[in-house]
Amino acid sequence: MSKINIKNLSYQYSLGNERALKDISITINDGDFIGVIGANKAGKTTFCKALAGLVPHFYKGDFSGNIIIDDLNTKENSISNISLKVGLVFQDPFNQISGAKLTVYDEVAFGLENIGLERAKMIERIDYYLELMGITAQKNSNPFELSGGQMQRLAIASIMAREPNIFVLDEPTSQLDPQGSEEVFEAVDKLREKNLTVIMVSQKVEKIAKYANNILLLNQGKVIDFDKTEKVFSRDDLKEFGVRPPVYTEIAKELKLKNEQKNYPITKEELEKLVVNEYGQNFSE
Amino acid sequence: MAKISVNNLSFHYNEGVPVLKNINLDLDRKSTAIIGQNGAGKTTLVKLLKGLLKPDAGDILINGSNTKEQSAASLASEIGLVFQNPSDQIFNNDVLEEVMFGPLNLGFNKKEAEELARKAIERVNLGDMIEENPYDLSLSERKLITIASILAMDLEIIIFDEPTIGQDYENIELIKKIIREEIAAGKLIITINHDMDFVAELFERIIVMNQGGILADGAAKNVFSDKKVLVEAHLETPSIKKLTSDLEIAETLLTKKGFVDFMKNAN
Repeated sequence: MSKINIKNLSYQYSLGNERALKDISITINDGDFIGVIGANKAGKTTFCKALAGLVPHFYKGDFSGNIIIDDLNTKENSISNISLKVGLVFQDPFNQISGAKLTVYDEVAFGLENIGLERAKMIERIDYYLELMGITAQKNSNPFELSGGQMQRLAIASIMAREPNIFVLDEPTSQLDPQGSEEVFEAVDKLREKNLTVIMVSQKVEKIAKYANNILLLNQGKVIDFDKTEKVFSRDDLKEFGVRPPVYTEIAKELKLKNEQKNYPITKEELEKLVVNEYGQNFSE
Repeated sequence: MAKISVNNLSFHYNEGVPVLKNINLDLDRKSTAIIGQNGAGKTTLVKLLKGLLKPDAGDILINGSNTKEQSAASLASEIGLVFQNPSDQIFNNDVLEEVMFGPLNLGFNKKEAEELARKAIERVNLGDMIEENPYDLSLSERKLITIASILAMDLEIIIFDEPTIGQDYENIELIKKIIREEIAAGKLIITINHDMDFVAELFERIIVMNQGGILADGAAKNVFSDKKVLVEAHLETPSIKKLTSDLEIAETLLTKKGFVDFMKNAN
């Protein structure tokens, strides 16, 4: 259970022409599922790296402001210290997998050895998370012989197994087929039962609409909006920031269907209710 | 005559583990999407079509000539493949040079190649990055460069392997526009794609692959209405199709515009 306080966070890569993050101030509560959306180059990946402390400890540059996770200030703590609280799944699983281990099983174990977990507990967690991510059958395979989708599942399992309080995922389903992608969202959602905080960057807006309770909309490094999912997706200017609303929201806009809270619906079920209210139930003739 | 004819094609990487099993397929001018789970054999199939792999059994004819008898280099003038991962495709030090490589290879002189390359780069909106090193660009920009490289060659057959991965709304709209233009120009456009909404909106013919074979092949409307096939291939129903099924709308609607028009008429 962790609370994240971000205050006046700005950052510029040492070779960058302008700041990748500009004066971000938000508070994320424990148990939140935050969807991070925005155009390419909005700062989404840099934001994830900052939460995990890679910015500014690995990617040097001009960092100002603070990220405070409970009582830990990321600026003043090492990446390994921060990693006890924050787990980051990279966009490209190739960058995540250690390369030091010859099997999928050992790769997941590797992250747990590093946090000094006792053996019995380790075995239990490895089995559980390999199963949860659907790669038990590959446990003796070499990580680099997996398909792109399986590699992505392994990267997620490795981080999940460490059971960090805050789970940050940068486009974790980009290489997965639709079913695999749904499974990842479901597995991540399950973590919230343990009151973990999830922060996920994804272009899959229909899925984000289904699972996230809040949305952080970024554009050119700035926070454009940070609010309830239905409010952000109801914005009329979303496309100006390089984001498509969920298709169900787009349809509702064209048919001018709003819910009782004066927002457009963001899920299929909600749209269907409004359609039936407006047009009746019988479309068969 | 079909442009691509696949007869009794089989292929494996490791002995005893078939990846493609006895595939028979004719591909003509209809825009075609190949869909299926990770590991179904989609990328292997398009690598075979492009001549990067050779069949273990069976034949692939591209405009009548057998890929077994041609080098990948000579097939380059017939069929273009935009790779899923741009790093598998890019190897030059600046964007213009990268995109000029294809036309130069096809025998255009330097001036003509540059003209074709510049036009293609404009089509993907990267005109102001012409002198950049592709490796200094973002993943999404690199993907657009690989698309430009193939467009510059003006080939009759183009395969797009997952063209929309990592792209934002604006770029997805741009890629849709390019694909529509290429289809309208009468080319054979093939895609591999996991985004069922994208596929349902743009492609006429859908081929469903499952465990190295073809499970279904037909018009988008028919394939996406076949629940049994979608379940068996572990595929997601397109968003609009889900809506129409839930609302018990008899007509098969696959696009947002189709649905909105239907509702407006129902009113």
